[in-house]
Amino acid sequence: MSIWEYANPKKFMETSSWALPWVTGLAVVTLLTGLVWGFFFTPDDYRQGSTVKIIYIHVPAAMMAINCWAMMLVTSLIWLVRRHHVSVLAAKAAAPVGMTMTLIALFTGAIWGQPMWGTWWAWDPRLTSFLILFLFYLGYLALWEAVDDPDSAADLTSVLCLVGSVFALLSRYAVLFWNQGLHQGASLSLDSKEHVSDVFAYPLWTSMAGFVLLFLTLVLLRTRTEIRARRLRALEARERMA
Amino acid sequence: MLALLLRDLRLATRAGGGFGLSLAFFLIVTVLVPFGVGPQSERLAAIAPGILWVGALLACLLSLDRIFALDREDGSLDLLATAPVPLEGVVAVKAVAHWLTTGLPLTLAAPVLGILLSLPAGGYVWLALSLALGTPALSFIGAFGAAVTVGLKRGGLLLSLLVLPLYIPTLIFGAEAARRGTEGLSPATPLLMLAGITLGALALLPFAGAAAIRAGLR
Repeated sequence: MSIWEYANPKKFMETSSWALPWVTGLAVVTLLTGLVWGFFFTPDDYRQGSTVKIIYIHVPAAMMAINCWAMMLVTSLIWLVRRHHVSVLAAKAAAPVGMTMTLIALFTGAIWGQPMWGTWWAWDPRLTSFLILFLFYLGYLALWEAVDDPDSAADLTSVLCLVGSVFALLSRYAVLFWNQGLHQGASLSLDSKEHVSDVFAYPLWTSMAGFVLLFLTLVLLRTRTEIRARRLRALEARERMA
Repeated sequence: MLALLLRDLRLATRAGGGFGLSLAFFLIVTVLVPFGVGPQSERLAAIAPGILWVGALLACLLSLDRIFALDREDGSLDLLATAPVPLEGVVAVKAVAHWLTTGLPLTLAAPVLGILLSLPAGGYVWLALSLALGTPALSFIGAFGAAVTVGLKRGGLLLSLLVLPLYIPTLIFGAEAARRGTEGLSPATPLLMLAGITLGALALLPFAGAAAIRAGLR
């Protein structure tokens, strides 16, 4: 029993059809708990008022936007090294989800920034690097759309994902060098002394777990769709041959 | 590989090679800026290093799709891929040829265009130096982008979408070096970072480009 067994599409479909309802249910419960807890059962911040509640969407979305790219990087590498189709299809399935998470983070950030900083947008390093990340997602998806042959599309997008990761990291540190920020530093970390208060932290952790599960649900669902689309394509090709 | 370099240079400089095209584009962009922001020389001087960097970058982008597209059309790319030269070397040579016909002329032209934007006297050296260090990275990143999009129908537009985000770090450090030099600050840090990006791109991107060409030709 090794993880590579799931490289077999049939095995993957069987396991995921069994796991999907559970993951979906867990995602719904955790997300609802986190959000309802955060929105209705936490006090307002004494300086930010009720706008602080945007944090329960903003922070998890931003976290998933970055982690989604990391996941795409790993699955692309697996495709390039071991050529497992399920792996690259998972990367393809994750990209629109990650792009949406990036957009959510940018929009909720703008809505939060307006009352707090008095501006919708500033060329702050964090904001700028998220905009750049969004551009990378856009390019990656556009490349998938543009290539007809599925195998070369997988190769090209995987190479782009690897090169893009390096340049996305470079951009991240380049914009730090380029401008000073308005955005606060990390409010949640396991080791730092200064911390967001526990009243806010527990629902935030819950809602972050909810976003992880939501991401898992969507990626499983979309990977299954991609595999089915691939099978349909193969059936059609066989039909034409006959 | 030297023969390939000479061939590419000859093709680029002959009629129809589009050698002067990016230079002309650079000139036009530079001329358009004062119409957009007004002719006051203090304002122009403040934005001159950045404008010249963005202009050079766009001019560089303009000629990228020629790197592999013409070879793909007449079939010489297939020959190059099966030739006894490593494909990585072919990509590197093509990028060098692109730099010699685009990046180098742009670097030489930038100080002259700096006069049009009333660039302060201290800035010319640093502008030219930062462009000389940064444009090879633009050519190598661009060659990678061209390799990814070589077999595609709507490749040109997609190429800019893929390449421009990759250009961001180079642009940040290049323009920052030129700006610091112009304002009399020490441009050493951004120049070193820029050189680092260029060397990294030179060392690694030919491999990624060759992998992309192999996938595209299959």
